[in-house]
Amino acid sequence: MTNWAGSTNFSRPLAWRTVGNVLFRALVIFIVLNLGYALLNPLAFLGRISLYNLLYPGRSRLPYGSDPKRSYNLTITQLEAMLASHEIHRASKMSDEYRVLILGDSSVWGFLLKPDQTLSARVNSSDYQTSSGRMVRAFNLGYPTMSVTKDLLLLERGLRYQPDLILWFVTLESLPTWKQLDSPVTQRNPGPTRALIQRHNIRLDPQDKRFLDLSFWDRTIIGQRKQLADLVRLQLYGAMWASTSVDHHIPETYNRLIVDLPADDTFQGFGPGELKAGDLAFDVLAAGIGQAGDVPVLIVNEPIFISQEMNSDIRYNSYYPRWAYDEYRHMLAERCVVEGWQILDLWDMLSSGEFTESAIHYSPAGVEQVASLLGVAILEHANRIP
Amino acid sequence: MSLVHITVFGLVAALISASRNSRRRGWGLLAGSVLAVYWLQPATPVRHFDFWLPTIALALTIFVWVATHRKTSFSVRAEILTALVIAVLVLAVGFTRYLTIGWHLTQTRPPNALSILVALIGLGLISFLLLWIRRKSQLGLWLLASIILGLFIITKSDPLATWVSSVARVWSGQLPELASSADMSWLGFSYIALRLLHTLRDQTTGRLPALSLREYVTFVIFFPALTAGPIDRAERFVRDLRVARRITAIQAVEGVTRIILGLFKKFVLADSLAMIALNATNALQVKSSLWLWVLLYAYAAQIYLDFSGYTDVAVGIGRLAGFKLPENFDRPYLKPNIVAFWNSWHITMAKWFRAYHFNPLTRFLLRRKPKLLPWMVIFLAQISTMVLIGLWHGITWNFLAWGIWHGMGLFIHNRWAAFLKAHSHLLPPSLRSSRAVKAASVLLTFHFVTVGWVWFALPEISLSMNVLGRLFGM
Repeated sequence: MTNWAGSTNFSRPLAWRTVGNVLFRALVIFIVLNLGYALLNPLAFLGRISLYNLLYPGRSRLPYGSDPKRSYNLTITQLEAMLASHEIHRASKMSDEYRVLILGDSSVWGFLLKPDQTLSARVNSSDYQTSSGRMVRAFNLGYPTMSVTKDLLLLERGLRYQPDLILWFVTLESLPTWKQLDSPVTQRNPGPTRALIQRHNIRLDPQDKRFLDLSFWDRTIIGQRKQLADLVRLQLYGAMWASTSVDHHIPETYNRLIVDLPADDTFQGFGPGELKAGDLAFDVLAAGIGQAGDVPVLIVNEPIFISQEMNSDIRYNSYYPRWAYDEYRHMLAERCVVEGWQILDLWDMLSSGEFTESAIHYSPAGVEQVASLLGVAILEHANRIP
Repeated sequence: MSLVHITVFGLVAALISASRNSRRRGWGLLAGSVLAVYWLQPATPVRHFDFWLPTIALALTIFVWVATHRKTSFSVRAEILTALVIAVLVLAVGFTRYLTIGWHLTQTRPPNALSILVALIGLGLISFLLLWIRRKSQLGLWLLASIILGLFIITKSDPLATWVSSVARVWSGQLPELASSADMSWLGFSYIALRLLHTLRDQTTGRLPALSLREYVTFVIFFPALTAGPIDRAERFVRDLRVARRITAIQAVEGVTRIILGLFKKFVLADSLAMIALNATNALQVKSSLWLWVLLYAYAAQIYLDFSGYTDVAVGIGRLAGFKLPENFDRPYLKPNIVAFWNSWHITMAKWFRAYHFNPLTRFLLRRKPKLLPWMVIFLAQISTMVLIGLWHGITWNFLAWGIWHGMGLFIHNRWAAFLKAHSHLLPPSLRSSRAVKAASVLLTFHFVTVGWVWFALPEISLSMNVLGRLFGM
């Protein structure tokens, strides 16, 4: 066996012409490999290859992290890789399992919470059992961006894992039609998003400029080097996830949420009374419920922080002026009645002390309260089944 | 070194060695090395430190040459020309101050030209003073050795580095309260200091070859080996430097292949392993002994691939420039004992400490009266050598412990080898050379080194003890 240095020592004389020939052949092979890769476009296939649920336990929430070195996690938007790293992707559902998917934004994902403090983890910790003896098992499919279209994408994928119930956390901020394609998950998965838009006649433009369609060159190995490196990084961080159970860096201190509010009564450019049902993506909710088919979907209007401080007569919090949120609740309730959707309105269930740095992020005690209500709702649904 | 640095260095090296003219090649290597010292130096929060630290490194190099050079065939005119070329290069780096942001060679805007000029005149005067002292005594050599050692200790000791940084901050009108040891991150000085000390020592023993200023500066700050070695010897380096040969196809292929190998080891393998390698944060988070072992193995692999990757790059660029730099690693984790490990891990540094500490100390201890027992001499020499190697990485309790760990390992191996020699019937040669015993020796040595990395990877003794305890289920 030769060592590293020995492997680069040449015993025979070498001509520049030979070097040129070798370089030319290497270049040709490199170009052919890139072109072949671009034609095959195997990123989705590669995303499904995962050490999670094989060598490491699956992650209890989808991969997301702005500080990979400390959170042992990274933001990845490729749906196959996201789900392949999740614990839901493991062996098939047990016969005595009542499977619940929880969809939503960062409040469901569990921002500033440890994996065992999230809503799904707290529901699971209660070991709920349905009247037929099935164990309730909740899975966290929340992802920290606010767009119900992003949730719809995850719902569509989540259905492959045979859920018995879907809890879909929504809030006004996740519903404006113009915000639907702001989420990187929808932008970087243009094919599946467009398919859903077309299948359900959603009022979104399939040719929207925010979709990141890859050119041929973007699909080569060179063009996809970051995505490929991210897939490898996701696998490597799996070892750290398995060894530490850390998937989110929670700073020791952070800025508390804003309680003194500005005297601003507009909501994303809309003045009082200007927000209409057509401005909100209720059609995406309808699409999700339609997509779920026989699987019941419970829409949960998520708890929000309600300030009692400066200008709280104008606004509930930094997100919402009172009029806009009240109108949203009214429209949502009306739509639920008309469409026959099931809704659990938890908007004011948490006291102001149960929020962390944002009007939709709950403290562990807040999560506990929400989880206990979810438990009741889940059992109600589960026990309806004959 | 980043990918950009490596690409530029590779091209510059190939360009320089494409010349058949040895003078042109010599000037090219000198200019490339001087400019590289500034280009590679990272930014520090203290104003203009990224200019002054490389300048001090250059100044020390010139001072040591002044104090050690031999009067030979090199003409005074040629030496003055070299000094002027270096001064012009430093001024040129300084003049990039007047270009727009992004065109400075240093990471931040260099200081104004007047202060650089004043500094250069000051350095010239000190050089003349050293020349004058040199005629009278060897005081200059001792003075320079003390300054180099002092600066080295400052850069390796957090409290001293912080103190110097706070003084420098006051000097530059910045808040001293914000001083930190990181302000003194002086790229390549660990290696520069060893090369300077080697030449100072060899001058006193008469082993230093005659070197022109141009050759000497190029040797000390040779750009491929500036950041992570290898630590070459002047007499070997200058042989390559004086040979004027155009780069051959074999050299080019060897160089490029070695660089690619190094890049793969460093940027693909080592950087990937760094994500799961043991560190101060994850050491406390890991839940089980098994995973702790995984993280420790990852660290062992990462540190080897990282360091040997950089060496491959340095050797490869050196090859493109027409040099055959010494190797630093030779499959160290496959060695059957700790002595063989230290003959194959960071070889040039280990050789340096053997030549300038272990051998002289052993000779001294063996000659002194009353005589020490042989095992005591071995113990003192091995422990002190390994402690110095540990402290060379940083003056901390953990590096000290790492040094003691290896010193003890070497000593125990020495005693074991002596025992086996005296009692050869206990382990007959046929058994000693059996594959199983060899494999067990390799495994044992690897694990001794790997467990020793716990001291190296972590910043505190208490944390290291905690990890060691958990590794063994305690």
